[in-house]
Amino acid sequence: MGLSILGVRLAWLQIAQGSRYKTLSDKNRINIKMLAPSRGDIVDRFGVPLAINTQNYRVLIVPEQVDDLHGALRVLQKIIHVEEYDIKQVIKDAARTAKFIPLKIKDDLTWEEVAKIEVNLPDLPGLSIDVGDVRTYPYRGATAHIVGYVRSVSQKDLTDDPILRLPGFKIGKTGIEKTYDLDLRGKVGALEVEVNVIGREVRELKRKDALAGSRITLSIDGELQRFTQKILSQHKSASAVIMDAHSGAIYAMASHPSFDPNMFVRGLSQEKWQTMMDDPALPQTNKAIAGQYPPGSTFKMITALAGLKAGIINKHTTVFCSGYYEYGNDKFHCWKKHGHGKVNLYDALAQSCDTYFYKMSTDVGINAIADMARKFGLGAKLNFELTDEKAGLITDKKWKRTRFGKSWYHGETIVSSIGQGGMRTTPLQLAVMTARMVNGGRAVKPWLTGYSGDNFIGKDNWNDMGISPEHLKMVMHGMDMVVNNEKGTAHASAIEEAAWKMGGKTGTAQVQRITKEQRRLGVKNADLPWAQRHHALFVGYAPIDNPRYVCSVVVEHGVGGSSAAAPLAKELLRQTQLRDPAITQMQPEFIKDVGILQVWPPKKPGVNTVIGGG
Amino acid sequence: MVSPMFIEDDLSFFQRIAKLNYWLITLIFFVAGVGIASLYSAAGGSMEPWASRQLMRFGVGIIGMVFIALVDIKWWYRLTWPTYFLGLGLLLIVELKGHVGMGAQRWIDLGFMQLQPSELMKIAVVMAIARHFHGASPEQARRLSFLIVPALVILAPVSLVLLQPDLGTSLMIIMAGAAMMFMAGAPIWLFIAAIGLVGVSIPIIWQFLHEYQKQRVITFLNPESDPLGSGYHIIQSKIAIGSGGVEGKGFLQGTQSHLNFLPEKQTDFIFTLWVEEWGLFGGIGLLILFLLIFISALRTSLRCKHNFGKYIALGVSVNFSLYIFINISMVMGLIPVVGAPLPLVSYGGTSMLAAFVGFGLMMSCGVYRHSKVTR
Repeated sequence: MGLSILGVRLAWLQIAQGSRYKTLSDKNRINIKMLAPSRGDIVDRFGVPLAINTQNYRVLIVPEQVDDLHGALRVLQKIIHVEEYDIKQVIKDAARTAKFIPLKIKDDLTWEEVAKIEVNLPDLPGLSIDVGDVRTYPYRGATAHIVGYVRSVSQKDLTDDPILRLPGFKIGKTGIEKTYDLDLRGKVGALEVEVNVIGREVRELKRKDALAGSRITLSIDGELQRFTQKILSQHKSASAVIMDAHSGAIYAMASHPSFDPNMFVRGLSQEKWQTMMDDPALPQTNKAIAGQYPPGSTFKMITALAGLKAGIINKHTTVFCSGYYEYGNDKFHCWKKHGHGKVNLYDALAQSCDTYFYKMSTDVGINAIADMARKFGLGAKLNFELTDEKAGLITDKKWKRTRFGKSWYHGETIVSSIGQGGMRTTPLQLAVMTARMVNGGRAVKPWLTGYSGDNFIGKDNWNDMGISPEHLKMVMHGMDMVVNNEKGTAHASAIEEAAWKMGGKTGTAQVQRITKEQRRLGVKNADLPWAQRHHALFVGYAPIDNPRYVCSVVVEHGVGGSSAAAPLAKELLRQTQLRDPAITQMQPEFIKDVGILQVWPPKKPGVNTVIGGG
Repeated sequence: MVSPMFIEDDLSFFQRIAKLNYWLITLIFFVAGVGIASLYSAAGGSMEPWASRQLMRFGVGIIGMVFIALVDIKWWYRLTWPTYFLGLGLLLIVELKGHVGMGAQRWIDLGFMQLQPSELMKIAVVMAIARHFHGASPEQARRLSFLIVPALVILAPVSLVLLQPDLGTSLMIIMAGAAMMFMAGAPIWLFIAAIGLVGVSIPIIWQFLHEYQKQRVITFLNPESDPLGSGYHIIQSKIAIGSGGVEGKGFLQGTQSHLNFLPEKQTDFIFTLWVEEWGLFGGIGLLILFLLIFISALRTSLRCKHNFGKYIALGVSVNFSLYIFINISMVMGLIPVVGAPLPLVSYGGTSMLAAFVGFGLMMSCGVYRHSKVTR
């Protein structure tokens, strides 16, 4: 009988093949979705947010809920402003995806726009407002080079990690966001949902929440950072580093011009991108670590220490400066045309007499000078946390032989003794050099990240380099006189407050050789086109008696170290001591409740105002 | 002939009530209960939109069935040809409307329900054949000329239904009609010849099939070849049935059907939903219910003293079991998807109406089994 055939068939399907179909049925209905973890915050040493996730209001449309997609978008366009490009994008997306998937029409809605849409929702079927996470950098350009920014995952970023395939997932592209990307990402969660035949979710079966990324606590003082950025903005292109001489913690590190990293997260117009790419001052480059400049006269301490170590000079050694130094047939000019007269080491540093170092270098030799420079952190990468750090260059005989296969001329030693020639250093290296001079000769290295989550990853114990304390004291005395002696090149930039006095060294680095013609005509460097002017440098430390903070300032084509760089350093070191970030412990577990609006734009008077660059 | 058409043997109202087949009514209640429970589940545990309306139709249907059962079988005998031609007329109307409207239209909108004339036509064909063979002697039945009328009775509606086009229903009418003719005494070689004829005509019929019908046949032969296309229904149905296992997933727990993997879960694939949730036990249980109904119908046929009633009861039960067999074979992947509802269980007004009219007639045969129905 027919019915028994049916019974047998039923039994066959349900018993013999039951388990096979059971598996198929489960596969049919369970869809595993990844849950995006929320990205860890980046905060300054006081817990002030430098990079956080804020809520981004977006308007979405579900194509299946509207009869006429184009018409619905036009209606929305009458209520809020929507770019024509976005409309086209939505229509393009709608053709490609399942009809029930919501499509983004516009994000970053203002409150006003949200309200307008909400009020009109009855007339806007298929539209909804949704809140998403967006990475926000409250300090904008001030921390752009340090914190960096996140961007969408590109093809070449893809690894086996499925998290990267999450729609809308962002990874760190530059700065700390890149260096600590894995810490910041967190752990992906999983959601098992039951779906129907067209993939629509019906209900949740199992959920493993995502684990938010670690908070990264930087050594930066956000407000000092902002101040530094503002100070630098007096010039076309400049950079500065403020660092703890003992621990190596960076308090501020700025490069001007900068850019607003929020633009990169929220989408950058072609026009703005082009403007940025065309800027000769390279807003995207962190010049504090990637700018390589001849150290100029800031190098003279190295030459001095090499000479002291070699026993060529002592504090009584004097040289007569007539405005130039002759070696063979060549004349090496001092910056002061008519000479400094008789100078000892202190005078030579304070007044930046070139002749003193020219003469000394002849006896010390380039290799001893280069060794000393390397000891102080110049000419090699410092393994800094930001990946675009550059090595700089310290030239010596061996370098020239391997690089060019040529032997070294003594004239090159003379030029190198005042930090010209092939020597290149970064502002960060100059700050490290200064720190190692004023911290008792310990091999401090710079760092930015104090804590990843609750783990301390900063460092504050550094080995002694074996430099004679006596020699360091002599150099520091010279640096004291640079600022605080009335003949010192940076005397105009001395800090008035006795407790905060700074020491330092000016530097003026030639971008191109001063021709004989120019020297004869007495062409002022400041009258040359911007790109041909000298770089202005200054390295400094404070307070003078018990140094804690060091800073380096480089003003690109700023003409003179004493006129352009030293005044900035004065403001920076003064402000640093005013805020005194070193006395406050970093607070990894504590995040300050500072809203975006309070953080930006700045409101605190006094702290943020730019004090004129004297 | 001058003899009176019927020999009166009037039964009182209460006699008729007492003679109703309560066993059959009970079985129908159970089967319809399965249908309503499944429709409740199909709507995700809600009476709306199917279960409540099915329940209403069931109520109306059961009353109609009893009413039909209580009407003297002679009246139905007299009404056979009017019913048949009314059905044919309705089919013609649908056919004409179908040309005006778009695509395959199979129903007439009566406002409160959509009437599918082809469903009613099945009953009318059963009645017409039963009437034709009513007074026939075995010799007559074997005569080829005597079979011309029933052949026309079958082929007229079949050709109209084929034009709709509804292959499943037309085959069903042919099969039920042929079975009745066979049981009335038509020679067996005729059927063998007919089957041979059908075999020959398949390539010709193939030409007339709509693309979707061809597709159904092709898909049936190899459903896994196109899992997201036309084989989808069968695969998903088999997954649902198989995953139900022996005990089933439990009432309202059928994932395949609730997540819409199962197509047409409230109509043609309702058996799938039922066994996904109730398993082998539920499936076999329902099959046993159907078997009991069939047995009850056969018994009615055997006990009936007049040929008209015998053939009606036989025709109705053959029709009923054909539907069950085709529907359940289809959802289990034994035959192609032809679009046949499961009687009394599937959602749909006409199919339920047809079932109750059929059962009503059959019960009338039971009530008036001793009547003398003459030509």
